[in-house]
Amino acid sequence: MAKSSIKVRAKLKNGACEVKALIKHPMETGLRKDKKTGKIIPAHFIQEISCKHNGTEVLNALWGTAISTNPYVSFIVDGAKKGDVITLSWVDNTGAKDSSEGDSKQGQVK
Amino acid sequence: MNMKRRVFLKGSLASGMVAVAVGAGVLSPRQVLAAWPKDAFEAKNVNDAMKGLLNTDLAPASDAIKLEAPDIAENGAVVPVKITASMDNVESITIIAEKNQTPLIASFNLAAGTQGFVSTRIKMGKTSNVIAVVKAGGKVYSARKEVKVTIGGCGG
Repeated sequence: MAKSSIKVRAKLKNGACEVKALIKHPMETGLRKDKKTGKIIPAHFIQEISCKHNGTEVLNALWGTAISTNPYVSFIVDGAKKGDVITLSWVDNTGAKDSSEGDSKQGQVK
Repeated sequence: MNMKRRVFLKGSLASGMVAVAVGAGVLSPRQVLAAWPKDAFEAKNVNDAMKGLLNTDLAPASDAIKLEAPDIAENGAVVPVKITASMDNVESITIIAEKNQTPLIASFNLAAGTQGFVSTRIKMGKTSNVIAVVKAGGKVYSARKEVKVTIGGCGG
């Protein structure tokens, strides 16, 4: 599999686990024009992300086009301990998807 | 022009009907699975977006929500936003930029073990209020902050 588009870091902080994630994605709004051809670039954006802590969903987000290119998201999960695994997955409006699940190095709580 | 009109009509008329259709099982499972509220995300004003997503009007302001965003954003394509809701049982956090072409930006649904905190980066077309809508314990609260945008980030 190609290199994952997702980077997840999870760190314990005062007993809670702070998760930070970066996703590589163009997040095209469908409003921009290609300057060379004058044609509108079709919308291409992540619609849904889902985040799991040891397999249980802790966060599920619905996104519109107004999330920045290469989205960053951060949130805090209670009750995580060292060695737990946080995984993140996304689905975009073209049906493409990716998940950090297959990458064992990612998202380990430190 | 025609396209825009169609989207507008859809946004204003169909948000209620979609909920009914989903409830009655009219829509195919694929669409229900995705559950992405198209009408809410395509709504052209804050009220329609709120109705389509949370089925309420814009909520009263609450001091328990802390909305951190820059006073002036030089680049509207990347505006960092941080929301901390200090009430119990936060169910969802929604981010809205009032004057974006489609104001609804994102909605985060939080499980019981997740704290009322979300931080992300958004795009803003022009200077406007950023509104954070927090649903906690079945009630809806909001907070807002004006962000001045020097260069818009929504294309065009």
